[in-house]
This record gives sequence, C-alpha cells and structure tokens, in this order.
Amino acid sequence: MSPAQATTPTERREAVLDELYRILGEGVFSTSRFRDNLRLHVPVSRLFELLATLQKPCGFDLLAELGATDYLGYPGRTRSRFEVHYVLRRLETAEKVIVKVGVDDPDPVVPSVVPLWPGANWMEREVFDMFGIRFENHPDLRRILMPEEFVAFPLRKDYPLRGRGERHNFPRLTRGES
Amino acid sequence: MAVGGVRDSGLVPNAAAKSELNLRPAGTIQVPDNTILTTIDAVVNWCRKYSLWPMPFATACCGIELMAVGASRFDIARFGAEVMRFSPRQCDLMIVAGRVVMKMMPVLQRIWLQMPEPKWCISMGACASSGGIFDTYAVVQGVDRFLPVDVYIPGCPPRPEQILRALMDLQEKIQKDGSLFGTGLPGLDGRERLLEEKRKLPPGSATAAERGDEDRFGYRLPGGPAKLSVEETR
Repeated sequence: MSPAQATTPTERREAVLDELYRILGEGVFSTSRFRDNLRLHVPVSRLFELLATLQKPCGFDLLAELGATDYLGYPGRTRSRFEVHYVLRRLETAEKVIVKVGVDDPDPVVPSVVPLWPGANWMEREVFDMFGIRFENHPDLRRILMPEEFVAFPLRKDYPLRGRGERHNFPRLTRGES
Repeated sequence: MAVGGVRDSGLVPNAAAKSELNLRPAGTIQVPDNTILTTIDAVVNWCRKYSLWPMPFATACCGIELMAVGASRFDIARFGAEVMRFSPRQCDLMIVAGRVVMKMMPVLQRIWLQMPEPKWCISMGACASSGGIFDTYAVVQGVDRFLPVDVYIPGCPPRPEQILRALMDLQEKIQKDGSLFGTGLPGLDGRERLLEEKRKLPPGSATAAERGDEDRFGYRLPGGPAKLSVEETR
C-alpha cells in the first residue's frame, strides 16, 4: 500500500516503514513502538541517510525536535550511554516518527543535519552545549546557552547539580573598589 | 574702645559690666525668624533620600512586583523614588529583582560600576538574596557575594509593601549614615572591610567564603568545609 492510499494512522505508519525498507533495504534500522509513537533505532553510520530518506521521499519535512539523553546509571540500560533523538513530522498528515541514534564515550560524534534542516543549527548547538556531543560538519558549533569560558557539560549525569564552583567564580566588588 | 562698642550694641544687654573684658553669656544668639540651623550633611542626606532614582534590574517575577510598586495602587512616587531609569548613569539605587545566573553576573557588576556615586543596592526577593530555590550550577547564590548590598527583602516574590518598607529603611540609613562626599554607607564599609580581612585567613579559621552546607551535595570547597564563625551562623 502506498502512503497516498493509507487512511488510518496504523496503515500510514506501516506504509512509511514499507517505503523505507523499499528504499534503504532491510537491516538499516530497528523499530520499537510506544503507544502511537514509532521509533527507529539506527547506527550512527546510517543516520544521515535515513533522515534524508525520511525528509524527501517520505515527506517528513519538519524537524520538530532534536535532543539528547544521558543514560548513565539508568537501570537496565545495556546500550550506549548517550542517545540523540530526532522527532520528525509530516505536515500533510500530522504524522510523527522518532529517530534515535546511540553514541558513546569518550568522544560522542553524530553527523550534523543542518544540510537537511537549517533550523537544526541552534538545536545541535544546544545539545553540544549541554552534553558535549559533537556534530560533524556543523557550520558553527559553539556553546549557545552557557558562557564561552565554561568547560563542563552540565546535563551529563556525572556533572554535579550544584556545579563545580563555576557559579561563584567572579571578582567580588566592594564599596571601596566600586 | 572696640570692646565697649560691642557692649553697647544692644545685642548683649550687660549694663552692669564694669570690666574692660566683655564675656558674652552663652545661649543668647538670636536667629532671624524662618531660619533653620543644621549641618550640610543632614541637608544633603535629606535631599538624597527623597530623590532616589532606581535602576530596576528585574530578571524574574520579582520584576512584576516591582512594576506594581511603581504603579498607582502602591505608588513608589510617594517616597520620591518613582524615576526608574534604564540607564545606570542616571541612577543611584540598584534594585536587583530576581535570580541572577552566572552569565548575567558580569553584566550586573558592570552596571553597578557604571552607576555614579553615591549609590545603594537593594537585593529583592529570595533569589537575589540567596539563590532561592534555584540551587543549581548556573544560579549565583546571592548577589551579595559579589556586590555590596544595603537592604535585603525576603519573600518569593515580596509584597509591594515590603519593597516600600525596604525603601523607607534605606532612607533611614541614608539620613543617619550618609555624608556629603561619602560613597555609600560607612557602616556597611566597615563590615565589608571586616569580611575582607576574614577571607584572607586560611579556611576553617574564619568566615566561610561559601555557604557551609554546600559540601553535602558533592560540591567541595577548596580546602575542605569551612567552620562557620559565630557571626555567620547567627
């Protein structure tokens, strides 16, 4: 069944998967479901290919969200430490598909999707700022929220909640000096 | 004689004086009507305390309460502090209203340095005074660690009446403690000098540079946890 003929959400999801298998072949990604979420797990090497396929032939043209998670110390976790997720939407049918890619210490690297969605620029910068995950071929990979001189990645689970004293690393102004 | 001339001027009626030496009794200076004698410090302080120009450094919900104070219901104009200016060059009262994150702290310090003397600072609300509930890596735990603060306002956010009360307290301090060419409040100066001296001592023997409970949550002070002085724990 082609995506144009599908009517129910379940049928549409199956149609998307069929088309992906037809274009990319089997074995590129694995799937999992939670309620009405369809999640595609893909290795880093095939990530860009999968996203490009989802964008153009499949019509998922909106990158709604790009984020990451640190699973350090997560109960029962056997896969990689970090997971970057991309939430894509097809505006015509309001469908949603979630692509997840796992990366690991010591140097987590993911290809940048700025060539596909220019709006991913600041999202990837935020993920880099908070988790230290580098995005290859990103045009301007700098910190976006934390100050330039900040060295840690605060949303990593091994970073203490209260920081390592950065918040108090300022000169003290007194009446006499100011 | 000159002395005799004074005696006969009528200002000091001393008809019984026979001596050449003229002793003017105290307490007989006559002041013209509608004249007040005072010190110039008192006049200057009186002028200053009723014409504070606040610099509203509003970063969070305290800023909304600050706006309420400026509006007609509470009306900070009754205390002469309604001229909120958004240029630090025109202000002499910094009101830090809201949490200050570590990225904002250099900005706050720069604005403070840009304000002309004499200047005062009110730390408004729990966040500005102590970090409040935001005890995280990014939020400064009290602006008084890095700025001189004259009056603290508790509350989350404080009621507008509390801000007016703080303003009246500050006015009292200015009247009592200010001087013509003085910068800020000398009383606070002395306390700051004391704290500075204590900070130079090795850790464990003086006032803690950090709050004492921080090491409970994995945040270690350089040199180990400091023992709080009596003054700090009070």
